[in-house]
Amino acid sequence: MTTPLLEVIQVNKTFPGTHALKDVDFQLLPGEVHAIMGENGAGKSTLMHIISGVYQPDSGDVRIEGRPVIMANTRQAQELGIGMVFQELSLAPGLSIAENVFANRAPTRSIGTIRWSELYNQTRDLLAQFDIDIDPSTLVRNLNLTTRQVVEIVKALSLNARILLLDEPTSALPPSEVERLFAVIRRLKDRGIGIVYISHRIPEVMEIADRVTVLRDGRCVGNHPTQELTPDTIIEMMVGRKLAEIVPERHTKTGKELLCVQGLSHAKFFTDVSFTLRQGEIVGVAALMGAGHSELLQALVGAQKVAKGTISISGQRVHINSPETAFALGMAYLPEERKSDGLFLKMTLRQNISVTALNLFARLGIMNPRKEAQVAQSYVERLGIRTPGVGQLVGRLSGGNQQKVLLSKWLLRHPSILVIDEPTKGVDIGAKLEIHDLLRELAEQGAAILFVSSEFPEIINLADRILVMYAGRIQGEVHAGQATEQNLLLMASGYTNEARA
Amino acid sequence: MAEETTTPAHKRGIQDRPLWRLILSTREMPLLIIILVTVFVMANRNPNFLTVGNLRAVTVGFTPTAIIAVGMSILLVSGGFDLSVGSVLALSGTICAYLVLNGMAQPLAVLVVLAMGALIGMANGLMVTKLKINPLIATLGALSIARGLAQVLTESRSISGLPESFGTVGNTLLGDVPYMVIIMLVLVIIGDLVLRHTRFFRQVYYIGSNENAARLSGIAVDRMRILVYMLTSGFAALAGILLASRLEAGTPTAAIGLELTVLAACVIGGASLSGGEGTVFGAFLGVVFIGLVQNIMTVERVSIFWQQAVTGAILVAAVTIDQLIKRRGS
Ligand SMILES: Nc1ncnc2c1ncn2[C@@H]1O[C@H](COP(=O)(O)OP(=O)(O)OP(=O)(O)O)[C@@H](O)[C@H]1O
Ligand SMILES: [Mg+2]
Repeated sequence: MTTPLLEVIQVNKTFPGTHALKDVDFQLLPGEVHAIMGENGAGKSTLMHIISGVYQPDSGDVRIEGRPVIMANTRQAQELGIGMVFQELSLAPGLSIAENVFANRAPTRSIGTIRWSELYNQTRDLLAQFDIDIDPSTLVRNLNLTTRQVVEIVKALSLNARILLLDEPTSALPPSEVERLFAVIRRLKDRGIGIVYISHRIPEVMEIADRVTVLRDGRCVGNHPTQELTPDTIIEMMVGRKLAEIVPERHTKTGKELLCVQGLSHAKFFTDVSFTLRQGEIVGVAALMGAGHSELLQALVGAQKVAKGTISISGQRVHINSPETAFALGMAYLPEERKSDGLFLKMTLRQNISVTALNLFARLGIMNPRKEAQVAQSYVERLGIRTPGVGQLVGRLSGGNQQKVLLSKWLLRHPSILVIDEPTKGVDIGAKLEIHDLLRELAEQGAAILFVSSEFPEIINLADRILVMYAGRIQGEVHAGQATEQNLLLMASGYTNEARA
Repeated sequence: MAEETTTPAHKRGIQDRPLWRLILSTREMPLLIIILVTVFVMANRNPNFLTVGNLRAVTVGFTPTAIIAVGMSILLVSGGFDLSVGSVLALSGTICAYLVLNGMAQPLAVLVVLAMGALIGMANGLMVTKLKINPLIATLGALSIARGLAQVLTESRSISGLPESFGTVGNTLLGDVPYMVIIMLVLVIIGDLVLRHTRFFRQVYYIGSNENAARLSGIAVDRMRILVYMLTSGFAALAGILLASRLEAGTPTAAIGLELTVLAACVIGGASLSGGEGTVFGAFLGVVFIGLVQNIMTVERVSIFWQQAVTGAILVAAVTIDQLIKRRGS
């Protein structure tokens, strides 16, 4: 048998209030894609942080090619051939691709000035290996998400890494982009690089992974070759029981028209968008990367300036020029980037949830923390947010649990129009069903929901009606009953189609 | 979803820890202990230290600083920053003295000067929020302008010869305690409670933690930030009026470099220059601590030139320790 590239033996890690990893074993072979799965807060990212030197284990060993190693920081891990791409992207948006890839290792002249042409050439070569033909001086802020992901990977590999760690690399990527990323991963596999792949998307894991390790509550509960597994067995291992995935019957009773958008255009991102949203309706937007769908949502809540067009709410023409205005009109918006736009990482879970409705918790202007805590606690229970308490800092929660906090804070306000960019980004299967239930409940109470998701099955499952966008325009509309992943994908790629019912 | 294993942990939430643990774990506690120990040691060491006279001198000395620190700590929590407070103090004192000398009724003069302070704050706030000028640059501008105006107005001399009644507030005692100190304590207490417990000021923490997210959560970010700048300058103006009353004169060269002492005090008391952290009480303890150290050096006859260096060293040490503790915690 080949010696494993990487071995983790009986590792333990505790945080105040949480035993995040319990006697975890893990092995990675050369040329293998090894998936780690588990519910939110199961310990996946923590394990990855230990392998990459961010955290040190309380006990247990990490071995690389059979030799025990101690990594005091990420730099030492890099020197040992470990490259990593964290759950939250970490590129500097204001710097060029080349500067990001080489960070502080740029080729310099003897006096310390950077040799730009060489820097760019080297970066271009690296990018070319992944079929990416972009000027290396492009600023990262101007790249789409997949390209950013690939830049992250290129950066991680630029030190000749033999082990690559990917934490939820596809959590916001639509299907076509996932395929591009997989092509990159397969190429790396062929080079003998071992890849640790964390994801909540079972179909993707079934496709790309050779082996799956499942964590539950910080414990390793299974380690099997992918061929021996089915989606159901994976879920059963993750959750510890069978998950009854009954899509509840929807009695969509749509009421009066709440939102009417007419000929909305943006200078850059979308053109002539018109649609309506009725009370009690859930409408999904299916689109591929860069179709202008995220920007459309932002424009609806005044976070993007529109060039032309009108928005009416309940028949009244409105001018929404800031999120505050949208908010006052009963709208709510969940951004895609939860760290930069959504959460207050240095504040507690309780304070993060109450922010949208401070009035509910104040009498004569004085806050009532007890009441805040009670309400926060009810969301913690409902969505299964894994935390030692509602006083925990949100920055210390796992990624999926942060997403649940983000959602809670908006549900709290009972908005009449809810606009969501990726409702379940990074959320595990159980919680995802729970979130879908909550959204349906909200719609049944008379709210209108408009959401974007990069997971087409989620759109088909949740939406009553689906708008498909392509290149900044609405390409067509499909009723949920008639949608298939296939025809959504076709329409989203620019083929107008017959599915238009 | 493994509810059984998570629920017990929820029940012993962080807010349910025993009271003494909670008190000990607050950010202000170590500083309070250090202050008490210092006072205890000094009281035993130097008989001149723990006297009514000395304590009164120290307290009156740091009163303007403490009043400004109330506003500044709120401003720092919001992620803002104001270098102009020392100059605004001087300008306010001179204008107040000028108006009174030229016959304006004293209460009216005070109101005019407070309004002027708030206006300077508004200008700072507008520059920072609407024109997106870096607060360091914007308030550095205000620092020079306010100081310059104070000098021009007075031709660089103190304005004295004020009616005796003007000095009442600054020089009267209630028992052993000067009025000024009582005013300061009331402001500190109100400021602290209000920042901790009111809905209105909770918004300041959200803004300082993540301005973007606060905006998308429907908080009127720009308006709040401008208000907090106004509050800070308003407090600086009030401090200027009180100081003028105590000195019975308007001094254009008063409080040079005070902004640094105030900032140092706030940071020592737990505020962070990147926003989202800090309390008024913490900032007040920071002011007390710096005042105490300066007084000790005076009582122990340390050269005046050393005093500034020592204050600087304390600031650097406090920030370093704070960073180390934070890194350990994460
Ligand atoms: N710095 C930290 N301080 C305190 N607790 C932490 C910290 N980092 C992680 N935890 C806790 O450890 C547990 C495991 O977290 P981890 O991030 O590994 O989960 P995960 O499996 O990656 O989940 P997700 O799918 O949501 O990303 C969680 O309960 C989390 O709250
Ligand atoms: Mg994670």
